[in-house]
Amino acid sequence: MSGLRNFVDKIKPTFSKGGKLSFLASTFDAFETFLFVPNTTTQKGAHIRDCNDMKRTMIVVVIALLPALFFGMYNTGVQVGMSGWQAFWFGFLKVLPMIVVSYVVGLGIEFAFAQARGHEVNEGFLVSGLLIPMVMPVSTPLWMIALGTAFAVVFGKEVFGGTGMNVFNPALLARAFVFFAYTPQMSGEKVWFAVDGMSGATALEQLSTSGQMSYSNLDAFLGFIPGCVGETSTLAILVGAVILLFTGIASWRTMISVFVGGLAMGLLFNAVGTNAYCQIPAWQHLIVGGFAFGAVFMATDPVTSAQTNVGKYIVGFLTGAIAIMIRVVNPAYPEGMMLSILFMNALAPLVDYFVVERNIARRKNRVKLAK
Amino acid sequence: MSNNEKEPLFSAKNMKYLTAPFGKNNPVIVQILGICSSLAVTVQLKPAIVMALSVTVVTAFSNLVMSLLRKGIPSRIRIIVQLVVIAALVILVDQILKAYVYDVSKQLSVYVGLIITNCIIMGRVEAFALGNKPWASFLDGIGNGLGYGAILVTIAFIRELLGSGSLLGFRVIPESWYITNGGFYSNMGLMLFPPMALIIVGCIIWIHRSYNKDLQEK
Repeated sequence: MSGLRNFVDKIKPTFSKGGKLSFLASTFDAFETFLFVPNTTTQKGAHIRDCNDMKRTMIVVVIALLPALFFGMYNTGVQVGMSGWQAFWFGFLKVLPMIVVSYVVGLGIEFAFAQARGHEVNEGFLVSGLLIPMVMPVSTPLWMIALGTAFAVVFGKEVFGGTGMNVFNPALLARAFVFFAYTPQMSGEKVWFAVDGMSGATALEQLSTSGQMSYSNLDAFLGFIPGCVGETSTLAILVGAVILLFTGIASWRTMISVFVGGLAMGLLFNAVGTNAYCQIPAWQHLIVGGFAFGAVFMATDPVTSAQTNVGKYIVGFLTGAIAIMIRVVNPAYPEGMMLSILFMNALAPLVDYFVVERNIARRKNRVKLAK
Repeated sequence: MSNNEKEPLFSAKNMKYLTAPFGKNNPVIVQILGICSSLAVTVQLKPAIVMALSVTVVTAFSNLVMSLLRKGIPSRIRIIVQLVVIAALVILVDQILKAYVYDVSKQLSVYVGLIITNCIIMGRVEAFALGNKPWASFLDGIGNGLGYGAILVTIAFIRELLGSGSLLGFRVIPESWYITNGGFYSNMGLMLFPPMALIIVGCIIWIHRSYNKDLQEK
């Protein structure tokens, strides 16, 4: 370890101001802080620090994603009729290129922008780069993933000013782009299988047409159903959720209220129940499709979600409720989680604004009473 | 300029009226006018070209007519006079399109009629023609119409190429490339939707401003 430190220190002057490769300063900085916690201290202003800087935070999210990712790889094999290690290996080889493409394209653009603008490389893409392949069907052509990633990084993040400034969740924006640009490759019955010639509807598509699904609820919970790479297993996602909540990285307020919102909307549809899709048990919505994945990993995104605690309850609740509403009411989209999260991303600043305004009004009132 | 001396028709000053809208005074990407129609008619190249020419004709002649009338109109009723002139010209253009290029006129549908409401035309009449001589106004109208058209054609080029794989209706990307025919390629469906046109406009503005640093907002 100290050898690596010495090496980094040795080559540092080359990249610093005045050095030969000083134009690559932010690239060097990105790798150095990736390897070692930076030893700089904040100089002014009130600040609270702990050892968990942004890079370390992002790594925890990546670790929380791993159960769902590994299960997704395994399930890719299972869906084409394999089992055991063979299934995992098959899925691994299918999913790995997607991950590599997403990271290479996304980080390439991030580094290029950081270099051109002369600021540090942002860490946010460590997570986005893994999320993007996980919300795509396994048969998505790699160039589509590349294009979606490029679109999301440039128009979702860089035009707003990089990580921390983005209005929309970049990974979902990538999915939304590919979904609307190349609809035939993102929906239907064939895209969920890694080999040609196989087809099968997802649980959501079956539910939306008949209100019944051919998979058992246990299979849906464990994840042995067709779907995007990372979204199928509610169990693996819950393991990730425990990691995120235990380390305090994701907000439990958002997460819980998304599930509550989804349940409430499901129960409401049960009560009015005009067609078969309205009648399915409310809890069934939570284990099929991307609901759990979106609730745990995407709605809780600290940048695009609400910042105030009350706002988190409101945004979370509406995210869940709107997702179920799109699923049931809109026949064109069997899955509503993506659209609902993106929609609430856009509304989150407004919700925050009203929460803050209300707080100000409440405290002003208190001053008046005291007089 | 003295009164005895006649200004040449294509003097440097007049040429500037013609060329400025292509550069730092473009109506679409600098003044942000006429965005609506540049989203609506740019799915294919052919309607975009026809639209660009129609707008150019209307802008040029409404500028010319208003510039000729500018001393005789009380300023209180100038807007209604402008509207009459522009509407008459648009109806003329509409009839000509229907007579000679009926299929394109069908594709453009209401957007030919909506040229009346295109901000560029009213804007140029108000800002330029009412205070300048007829010839200069005419050139300004042509310049602005073509400046608008240049952006329209650029957007339509990108949208038709990536969204339909063709240009002016001719197939550019071979059929055998498509996924449905066993290839690897697929048209970008998003290009057929207006939101993508807005993003393309944004990109053109981005490129334009990075070359013209004085246009960048502080």
